[in-house]
Amino acid sequence: MLAQRLARPSPFRTLPAFLMMAIVLPLLAGCGYNTIPTAEENAKAAWSEVLNQYQRRADLIPNLVETVKGYASHEKDTLDAVVEARAKATQITVTPETLKDPEALKKFQDAQAGLTSALSRLIAVSEAYPDLKANQNFLALQAQLEGTENRIAVSRRDYIQAVRDYNLTLKTFPSVLWATFWFRGNEPFANFTVDEDKMQPPKVDFGTKQGG
Amino acid sequence: MRGRWPASQRGGRRNAALNFLGPLFLLVFFLPLTALAADLPALTGRVVDNAGIIDAGTKAALTQKLADFETKGSDQIVVATIPSLGGEEIEPYANRLFRFWKLGQAKENNGVLLLVAKNDHKMRIEVGYGLEGTLTDLHTKLIIENDMVPAFRAGDFSGGISKAVDDMVMVLEGNPEELEARGKRNQQAPFNSDDLFFAIFISIWAIIFFGSIAASILPPIFGKKLGPGRYRWLGMTFEPGRRSSSGGWSSGSSGGGWSSGGGGFSGGGGSSGGGGSSGSW
Repeated sequence: MLAQRLARPSPFRTLPAFLMMAIVLPLLAGCGYNTIPTAEENAKAAWSEVLNQYQRRADLIPNLVETVKGYASHEKDTLDAVVEARAKATQITVTPETLKDPEALKKFQDAQAGLTSALSRLIAVSEAYPDLKANQNFLALQAQLEGTENRIAVSRRDYIQAVRDYNLTLKTFPSVLWATFWFRGNEPFANFTVDEDKMQPPKVDFGTKQGG
Repeated sequence: MRGRWPASQRGGRRNAALNFLGPLFLLVFFLPLTALAADLPALTGRVVDNAGIIDAGTKAALTQKLADFETKGSDQIVVATIPSLGGEEIEPYANRLFRFWKLGQAKENNGVLLLVAKNDHKMRIEVGYGLEGTLTDLHTKLIIENDMVPAFRAGDFSGGISKAVDDMVMVLEGNPEELEARGKRNQQAPFNSDDLFFAIFISIWAIIFFGSIAASILPPIFGKKLGPGRYRWLGMTFEPGRRSSSGGWSSGSSGGGWSSGGGGFSGGGGSSGGGGSSGSW
């Protein structure tokens, strides 16, 4: 019946339907139809920024390792640890499509945390080499690395916020209605755990604890 | 009694439950609105000296310099000093403050925040997304280490800050054609005589055009009919049939709203992703 009617569209019949659509569609938007896709895309964009900043850090590392090698070649273990951690971290990527999987995110996070600690050990070791510390190239790389670590922290905070917003739209009224009736495939995204994000105030440590 | 009127009793209980749930629901609904964090300082000018470490002369000079620099290239540089970070790291605090103040133009994100936390002995230059390529992390690091740290150690806050601002401006001016292009893209002269004439011109024509339409349409709807084609509305007599727009004139033609706010400064809507660097003294 419906198919028959659709098969021969007459302008007089489609006109009311068209007007109806013109009236109803903005109402749909007003009712919050756009809420869930908007929040989802925001979260995905925030994730891309996180990846972007981690990539930026990974790109800095070869240069840094080369520079340190020139002055502190017998810190081989530390240097190798950084190279290895970098290789491990760049292997694991989490695309926006797999953000729903907390396991994948956990693996990504662990690999990046491993790289973070290897890098901080490298920087700590380099403190012992005055020539290295005076090197302009090293100074530049260190400034860039610090900036990148900070950008990572900012992008992670933004991602946490964006995912919280998105997950809330899936669970709270009124957007939960759209989630149950329309966006049934949408699942909450996994989020970073708080302890990784250095949200606690820093603790004073008199060398009793090994490794950050 | 209980057996005879079960329905009404149940209804009564449901009503009671609704009476109880209603305020609760409202409370839950509006609770988030009250939980607004407001611990960040207000953007009172281009130099927000809440720690009181910049002397008045330097403050005036800096404000003037930064205002001039913004008119040239639309970049917004703000100097802020606070007494204490309250236990927070300076990086997240600076980023929060930058985004709260929305420094830089919205489309360019070309803001810079120089933040000094006096009691924590820390400073940071936070650079907006759009300037990260020009004022790089290394530039800000060098400015902090070479300009600010030595002066701050000697107790000369005003000198260190103004030197740092000079150097930031110098770096940002180091790419003059880009700066000029940015300034052109974001030209927003607050009070331009050309703009004023244009606005008056447009408003006069708008009043003539829409005024005559309104004068012919509205009186028949809202006014009192006096005779054929004659209506009385708002104390004036309208004759939409005849082409004489006697009424409807003299209504608010002088374009008000030109409150050019004498030095009121606000962020342009920019954001920062954590560029720049920090230091301590």
